[in-house]
Amino acid sequence: MEKFNKLTGNAIPLRITNVDTDMIIPKQFLKTIKRTGLGEYLFFELKFDQDGNKIDSFELNQDQYKGANILIAGKNFGCGSSREHAPWSIADYGIKCIIAPSYADIFYNNCFKNGILPIILDEETVAKLQDSAENTLNFNIDLEKQNITYLENNEQKEITFEIDPVKKKCLIEGLDDIGMTLNKSSSISDFENNQAKETPWLYRSKII
Amino acid sequence: MSAPKTLYDKIWDNHIVSINDDGTTILYIDRHLVHEVTSPQAFEGLRMSGRKVRRPEFTLATADHNVPTMDRDKGIADPDSKLQVETLERNARENNITYLPMSDKRQGIVHIVGPEQGFTQPGMTIVCGDSHTSTHGAFGALAWGIGTSEVEHTLATQTLIQTKAKNMCIKITGEVMDGVTAKDIILAIIKKIGTAGGTGYVIEYTGDVIRNLSMEGRMTVCNMSIEAGARAGLISPDEKTWEYLKGRPLAPSGVEFETAIRYWQSLATDEGAQYDEIVEIKADEIIPQVTWGTSPEDVVSIDGYVPDPKNASSDEKKRSIERALDYMGLEPNTPINEIEVNKVFIGSCTNGRIEDLRAVSKIAKGRKVEKNVHAMIVPGSGLVKEQAEKEGLDKIFIEAGFDWRDPGCSMCLAMNADKLKPQERCASTSNRNFEGRQGRGGRTHLMSPQMAAAAAIKGKLTDFRDL
Repeated sequence: MEKFNKLTGNAIPLRITNVDTDMIIPKQFLKTIKRTGLGEYLFFELKFDQDGNKIDSFELNQDQYKGANILIAGKNFGCGSSREHAPWSIADYGIKCIIAPSYADIFYNNCFKNGILPIILDEETVAKLQDSAENTLNFNIDLEKQNITYLENNEQKEITFEIDPVKKKCLIEGLDDIGMTLNKSSSISDFENNQAKETPWLYRSKII
Repeated sequence: MSAPKTLYDKIWDNHIVSINDDGTTILYIDRHLVHEVTSPQAFEGLRMSGRKVRRPEFTLATADHNVPTMDRDKGIADPDSKLQVETLERNARENNITYLPMSDKRQGIVHIVGPEQGFTQPGMTIVCGDSHTSTHGAFGALAWGIGTSEVEHTLATQTLIQTKAKNMCIKITGEVMDGVTAKDIILAIIKKIGTAGGTGYVIEYTGDVIRNLSMEGRMTVCNMSIEAGARAGLISPDEKTWEYLKGRPLAPSGVEFETAIRYWQSLATDEGAQYDEIVEIKADEIIPQVTWGTSPEDVVSIDGYVPDPKNASSDEKKRSIERALDYMGLEPNTPINEIEVNKVFIGSCTNGRIEDLRAVSKIAKGRKVEKNVHAMIVPGSGLVKEQAEKEGLDKIFIEAGFDWRDPGCSMCLAMNADKLKPQERCASTSNRNFEGRQGRGGRTHLMSPQMAAAAAIKGKLTDFRDL
């Protein structure tokens, strides 16, 4: 899995709550059989109108946010479907960190499988950061120290965040969790042998 | 004696393979459903790392999102859709996984196929790369949607690394009025707790109202647990569950079925078990529900009005109402039953089962779809279609002017050719009213099958009980 440790860059304020997975990556782009190349379709229907013209008011289309690698959004980000195409498109676009007051469970979980750090901060702090993002060039995100630092009006600011230590470790080390689980194959076999005794009907092989 | 446990606690405990040093749990997965959209990258991952599918016999695959719902003999026209379906077919074949192709009458939406085949059983852990996997919770199975990385993990290890969620109990008390369906109940729940209300929880639905629902109705409720933010919803299994399962191709049979029932009965939440959160909802207050906006929590009763952003509780809420009204092309304070529709979609994993179609046929019988409305009915599986035709429902639908289609996800998410055009307004029995969900610029109002059928006949949202 992709690692995440430190990140420096500018941030896009996206002042929408309940950003859903259909908004992040519309279904016409789910027909791919690859993980890559989805970045250009990120927020496609917010970026372009129905005639294919750029919507200038949308932040991702604005010059000042070109190359940004952080997204600051409203609460319940990533609600909706389980499509991992959502974090794939975000990562492929170049965004490696999201800051929001809350996330939908499946999306949140999917981020960690793709080297994206989803930071949770209270609504007030997120709103303040969205304002700062309009004028601040560089936010420094340090997962090890669990802080965000930036310079605003010549003043050094620091915001700390909480994160589950297991998830933190996964991102920092970029662990291959399938490989780790496969190391426990004998435990899995033991479980199966035991379960086959307790609930044998689960192990009847039937062809349908 | 051990501490009293909830249904969720018991299924969880029964599936612990081991606990990792970091406190996460390796949880055994009994059954895995696979469809064409979220699986190709997982199989590719296995190939690249030289890994094999551990338990192909515990895995069932079918194509549902991309399949056409008419002219099936011509195959899939869209080359990307076609490639995705062919890729699933190839992956299933190469890995010895049972695959139900479009030509098989058992093909359909995975969440309809699983229960129909008896693949879904109480006490199981079931996953699928699809958020509506929560549907299977209606059988007292712990079932949840996963991303493609976890699909790969499940294929390779038949386990997932998990952290236990919290227990929420939603108790529906009182009695439902006539004509109030499972869909109205779940929409009322989402209205009350919001789309993030269940985040971090597994919801167990309890109370007589839930007991009295058919298995189909219970599936409708559990299906939309994800719209309430919960990855899984659960209903304690009972006689209705055994009755439904009996004789299904993959269900246990003979003496073993009796043994299984005894095991399934032991799963019910113990008296005195603790929930982290209890929500009570009075059923007597629920009348048919519809959504007005672009989030499944934007729910209003059919006798209600489109909200006015002026009355919003916060600036953020105001902005979100304004955005939704703008997208939906609605004016504040419009009576809901004056909203005109030009499309109707009846189907999906939420409401594409035989009971739903029977309910629609009662409304459709002897009536006509309004001339400006295109109304399609998409059965959830080939078996649902076959049963409906056996009962003559198709004739009622066609006679009334409905478009009777082949099974699939269809216009619930519009990955196949069935989609709304910009600004078209649809009464839909599906589960999501997100911007663009049913087609770019399309406007979705979620409701029960009866309400969608009534909208088709009146050409506007209407209380079907007044027809």
